[in-house]
Amino acid sequence: MLVRVRRISAVLLRLFYLLRGSFARIVPLFAWQAVDIVLWGFISRYLNSVSSSHLNFMPMLLGAIVLWDFLVRALHGVIIGFMEDVWSRNFLNIFATPLSIAEYLTGLILFSIATSLVVLAMMVLLATAAFGLSLFVYGLMLVPFLLMLFLFGIALGIFGAAIVLRWGPAAEWLIWPIPALISPLACVFYPVSALPSSVQWLARLMPPSYVFEGMRQIVEGRGVSYASMAICAGLTLLTLLLACRSFLGVYRQAIRTGLIARYTAETVS
Amino acid sequence: MHGRSIEWQTGRVVVSEAIGMRSSDNSIRTDSAILTVSGLSKEYDGTLAVDGVSFQVGCHEILGLLGPNGAGKTTTISMILGVLEPSAGSVTIDGKSLVTHRHQALERTNFTAVYAPLPGNLTVRQNLRVFALLYGLSAASERVETLLREFDLQPFRNTKCGVLSSGEQTRVALAKAMINRPRLLLLDEPTASLDPASAREIRSRIREFAIKEEVGVLWTSHNMYEVTEVCDRVLFLSHGKILLEGDPKTLPGEYGKATLEDLFVAVAREPLTLED
Repeated sequence: MLVRVRRISAVLLRLFYLLRGSFARIVPLFAWQAVDIVLWGFISRYLNSVSSSHLNFMPMLLGAIVLWDFLVRALHGVIIGFMEDVWSRNFLNIFATPLSIAEYLTGLILFSIATSLVVLAMMVLLATAAFGLSLFVYGLMLVPFLLMLFLFGIALGIFGAAIVLRWGPAAEWLIWPIPALISPLACVFYPVSALPSSVQWLARLMPPSYVFEGMRQIVEGRGVSYASMAICAGLTLLTLLLACRSFLGVYRQAIRTGLIARYTAETVS
Repeated sequence: MHGRSIEWQTGRVVVSEAIGMRSSDNSIRTDSAILTVSGLSKEYDGTLAVDGVSFQVGCHEILGLLGPNGAGKTTTISMILGVLEPSAGSVTIDGKSLVTHRHQALERTNFTAVYAPLPGNLTVRQNLRVFALLYGLSAASERVETLLREFDLQPFRNTKCGVLSSGEQTRVALAKAMINRPRLLLLDEPTASLDPASAREIRSRIREFAIKEEVGVLWTSHNMYEVTEVCDRVLFLSHGKILLEGDPKTLPGEYGKATLEDLFVAVAREPLTLED
């Protein structure tokens, strides 16, 4: 058990070393989320000032962007950790050690937890200090909201890593836009009912759509549907399971074909 | 006609005395093998890259795996490292099957290869510490410090690996390869791109390591002078099969060649003529 912990800590330590020694890695960790908070903070404040409705846009829009960026940060935590090994062509070195795939993924997830929590703290501080947002408005439901979004972000990150492992380093350009691609169906800023009826079923397959629906229900003073949250939890766990299985499947195929031993941009088409 | 005939059907050399393992005093040992490779094959899209290869590496032995480009050396090493699944056959490291006891087998193994440089964006110390933990070492820091001293890497401890010279990078890669005190050390062209003085120093270190430690070494190289100097025994691979096996100092004479390099050229150009 202790040996497993050491191997997992090696994955974590490597990423910590890279982060610690690199201004270029630390700044993007916070910069885009900070810009988002400022941008959506002003939009929310403006809408509050011109809207005649009783809605408070601050927890509805700025709060939504804090939660959404937390999901994106969780995704990036896994992807960036994985891409560091791609960029430094380190697969042969690490997969020829006793490190197992489960330990490797655990290391990436722990790195994602650490960076996501730090970034979440920064976003909450900035949103509170600059715009008076309090996430406590969501009450105890904040905990399952964050947990579901984090796990879904992790699942997307692992799925993205499987894509890069399967189709090569150039496939990273397919995975960075994943959050933008799914955001319309995640219904971050609007209810599922605002979507055309033909795509609403797709939105209902997205765990974040339940979180953001629940968030809006709380802000509007309605109760959260626990059945919906149960569906959300089920879908999230299913997505995580499928992502892990897809990564494992791609890894096993890479071992069969020898891809791991000669993984470079040139050898993977 | 010189020397021994070759049995192409099985891909094995018909040389009964060849599995002898030499100890530091150059006598034949009968220790149990550190590495046992049995009937190892790898097929890519109908092409056999490695075809039923079997051999052993004994304790304190340095076995040279020779052959022209594309002969199957790196494919064989990849299968021993567990990063390539064989189509058939088995690999046992220090009594542990790579299939059923992968973790234990790889804990006892390490390697260095020119095509697997350590991450250039970490310092020498950071890289060694990460790999010490990946191999599950409890006293990682102490082991790293020892290796920094042994490989004269202390001046570079806080230097990023990517900016080191080829010789320095090779020393770091070797330090990494020794970090878990492996029972099996795989060296894929460890002195490629080194100047003669650095190459000699590296050879000397590995030779010393093989004598002092309970280790078996599998070495690939295209430098036949180096192989003659370092290896106790050599295997010639051609088209994925073991073609010849024996003592690098006496093997050329057995096939009517003056040097190991002449024999290598003959194997590379016309392997079938060696049967004549």
